Amino acid sequence: MKVLHIARNTFRECVRDKVLYNLVIFAVLIIVSSLILGAITIGDVKQIIINLGLSTISLFGTLIAIFIGIQLVHKEIDKKTVYSLLSKPVARHEFILGKYLGLSMTLAVNVCVMVLGVFAAILYLRHSFQVSDVQILLAGVLILIELMLVIAIALLFSTFSTPALSALFAFCLYAIGHFNTDIREYGLSSDSWVTKVVASAMYYLLPNFGNFNIISRTAHGQFISTQIYLFAAVYGLIYSLGLLLFAMWIFQKRDFK
Amino acid sequence: MPQVAIRTEGLSKTYRTGFWKTKPVLALDDLNLEVLENEIFGCLGPNGAGKSTTLKLLMSLIYPTAGRAEILGKSVFSLEARRHIGYLPESPYFYEYLTAEEFLAYYGSLFGFAKAELKSRVDHFLKLTDVFHVRKLQLRKFSKGMLQRVGIAQAILGDPKVVFLDEPMSGLDPIGRREVRNLILQLKREGKTIFFSTHILNDVETLCDRIAILNRGKIIGSGTLNELFDQEVSRVEVVISGIPADRLRELAGTEASVSETGSTSRLELPAEARVSTIVAGIEQASGRIISINPVRQTMEDYFLKLVGKPERRATPRSRD
Repeated sequence: MKVLHIARNTFRECVRDKVLYNLVIFAVLIIVSSLILGAITIGDVKQIIINLGLSTISLFGTLIAIFIGIQLVHKEIDKKTVYSLLSKPVARHEFILGKYLGLSMTLAVNVCVMVLGVFAAILYLRHSFQVSDVQILLAGVLILIELMLVIAIALLFSTFSTPALSALFAFCLYAIGHFNTDIREYGLSSDSWVTKVVASAMYYLLPNFGNFNIISRTAHGQFISTQIYLFAAVYGLIYSLGLLLFAMWIFQKRDFK
Repeated sequence: MPQVAIRTEGLSKTYRTGFWKTKPVLALDDLNLEVLENEIFGCLGPNGAGKSTTLKLLMSLIYPTAGRAEILGKSVFSLEARRHIGYLPESPYFYEYLTAEEFLAYYGSLFGFAKAELKSRVDHFLKLTDVFHVRKLQLRKFSKGMLQRVGIAQAILGDPKVVFLDEPMSGLDPIGRREVRNLILQLKREGKTIFFSTHILNDVETLCDRIAILNRGKIIGSGTLNELFDQEVSRVEVVISGIPADRLRELAGTEASVSETGSTSRLELPAEARVSTIVAGIEQASGRIISINPVRQTMEDYFLKLVGKPERRATPRSRD
């Protein structure tokens, strides 16, 4: 229960810091795009709207996950709020978990509203839905799991580093994670055994964000198997859990000077 | 016989500083302390003495390099110990986006109080610390004194048995300071143990059953006020008018010190001086005695004697 109270307060902090204001920008973007595309596009308007909508959800979510995530713990230490909080009967790991769930809740609300916005835009342009549109919903779920992984990365860095460095590390990891498969292929094609080992190690150790890359296929209405969804979801959740445990361990060990 | 509420044995803390964290700075050295239940215990010392380090160790916010600390017989790292303590950090900064009411409700929820009990506790402590009328105001709009009151409210919200207050009078106006002093005495009447650190020596004299004086990470004096310093008359102060300072020096002799302020002079005599003879001499020389005050050694005298020497304060130390 204590974890939920901390999560609820983190959610409240995000709301009062006007994090959800990005929804307004998203709403304007989707409405304007729908109106313009509806008027001028000859091709598949729906495909463009889904692509634009899901990409924006992912982009906005990633920016929030990194910029708020890196401050989650650092701000509490910097402002010394952690002093009074941890003098209460709260374990340090409960604090970390609560902060993580709080930001995850914020992004869940963000993603839900944005996905509804995409559906509204489709309804406006096409006046009906198709069975395959359920894939937009599933893509939304996968984007949220991907964002939860990004939060875990940002949170991990924020337990021991400054916000500027944490942001840099988190962005680097996020960028590398998108080219993970390419790095592995480069290693496999290399003649040097050192390159092979390093590339393989990077592939297996660093997060592979390629697993969550289904936006384009969803927009084109291609069939995506249940295994792909399940694998990406389980991969994201297990990787996040691992990072969270690591963050908890670091936080447990540190002094608050 | 009262039980021990707070016990530290050989508690030490060394910080590592510098880019490579190789330079050790001793913040607390072999602290052995026992605070009894229902005692008001004051921890004094100049900046950098180790007071806040002691409090952070007791709050398990930092790990000791050596030694151990217990509160009510339990390790400070156990959640069970933390269930029975309240803590007001120095210069508290709380969640500025919350109202005072939301803030106390949030912290109260961490103790697992039921909703109705939580509401009544929050209201009670808002009233007790005189911030009930601004309970709907966000903490970002609070003055330092008001934040201090909310800080005290959160420290005692969970009905703690041991209350730790780091500079509780800081930022308060004279009325607020008196209210906090009364509150501390009320907590004692309720059977709680209070451990506080302060720079304000008057608070120590007014409130504390026992004190410990820290300097450069070590205890340099501890006990009751009577045990620590002699409260016998240490000197006699005589205020005189109508006689020049030079003439006064001749009459009082070499042991006295004379200072002049406007039309009056102040004569300080050692306790053993023959005051009546000197006073008679002054009156014969047409001087007018305004007052004669025996001066006892004060807490300030004692404190300055222990830690106030320039050579002791010359070396900067780690943060306190």
